[in-house]
Amino acid sequence: MNDRSLARAFSLLLRRDLVINFRQRSECVNPVLFFVIVVTLFALGTGADRALLLSMAPGVIWVSALLASMLSLESIFRSDFEDGSLEQLLLSAHPVTVLVLAKVTAHWLVTGLPLILVAPLLCILLGLSGEGLETLILTLLIGTPILSLVGAIGVALTVGLRRGGVIISLLVLPLYIPVLIFGTSAVQMSAAGFPVNGQLSMLAALLALALALAPLPTAAALRMSLS
Amino acid sequence: MLMSGPDQQQRAEPGLTVSGLHCSRDGRDLFKDLSFRLRAGELLVVEGRNGSGKTSLLRILCGIRMQESGSINWDDSPIGELGPLYHQEMAYIGHHDGIKGDLTVAENIQLAKALGKPSGTDLQTILKRLQLSGYNEVLARALSAGQKRRLALSRLLATVSRLWILDEPFTSLDRRGVEICEQLISSHLTHGGMVVMTSHHAMELPGVEITRLRLS
Repeated sequence: MNDRSLARAFSLLLRRDLVINFRQRSECVNPVLFFVIVVTLFALGTGADRALLLSMAPGVIWVSALLASMLSLESIFRSDFEDGSLEQLLLSAHPVTVLVLAKVTAHWLVTGLPLILVAPLLCILLGLSGEGLETLILTLLIGTPILSLVGAIGVALTVGLRRGGVIISLLVLPLYIPVLIFGTSAVQMSAAGFPVNGQLSMLAALLALALALAPLPTAAALRMSLS
Repeated sequence: MLMSGPDQQQRAEPGLTVSGLHCSRDGRDLFKDLSFRLRAGELLVVEGRNGSGKTSLLRILCGIRMQESGSINWDDSPIGELGPLYHQEMAYIGHHDGIKGDLTVAENIQLAKALGKPSGTDLQTILKRLQLSGYNEVLARALSAGQKRRLALSRLLATVSRLWILDEPFTSLDRRGVEICEQLISSHLTHGGMVVMTSHHAMELPGVEITRLRLS
């Protein structure tokens, strides 16, 4: 099969997932609501100490984003597994890794991007502004696709299990640690007025690594789950 | 990689060759030392009791499930090595219809085309042959079970595949649906296609020689 038909399969699959998510809106609204609620709970729970809230802001937003993205992970492959579309994807005329990438991209557009769009509002709630806010958005922009890519491996491994939810978090959360560390440290440093090129480069390197490598184990794990 | 030199082509035996296939589930042997060949225009019907491994065999032939031992060759190359090259020549209809309820009938067919090697048959012709005309814009989840099955069968028309692997294709089809499906199968065979299928339904395929494989 030539490159054009592969590109067509990629874009059609991406569009398919976006259309499906649009038709059942809860999938894309739930993670954002979860994100907003958790951050708000932190703001309410720490009382009136603004300095404390400000110093916690990067960590709170990043951890909430991790959890929100993890909650939505199962939806990447679950419904496809149940209705047999996943078999058809594995039996398609195209490399499974490329199709996996299309599905993960759709998942990020539906669950990751909305988090980034509401994050500025939550930053105001936590008192984070200026340089810190800009860096936070930038780290989320680079970091959340990594979460989707790495998370897809976990989902692919557990999609055949009846209750994969807890196992996914055990598998995936440890792998999220580097993203969390570089993401929060970049925001803290930039809020304190230091350059953050190092952290951003590390995040970008992680993204490049995940983009290139994560689809391979995901495709292999999907094959295992179906066999 | 596949070589396509003149020597290679002469030696290549087109079709599906299965030899010494062994499959077990939960420590119980489903079948052992299973061998057969399928050539252009041949139909193989796999028979056996429930739980005798018919579906497992079909899934192994697709490459979804791994066999314990034995080899499956497509045009003389192991299907594991061919990967997508094998899958673009094969269509599989399993127990699940593999269609998305939140997409319309037309969108489902369009996607099936993009995932396989698209045939020249246009959407209207496909819908007409499956008697789904007028359902283009209907969401697939609003279809009845039999109509969903027909939509699943549309994959056979939307893509060009030499080998069809059909697991109980007649499930939930009405009498007319069964006739349509039988027509699809016999026209595929007369055009040099190959079909492996399971069915509890006695088929009427005039002029088609049916090879039966009994699993026990």
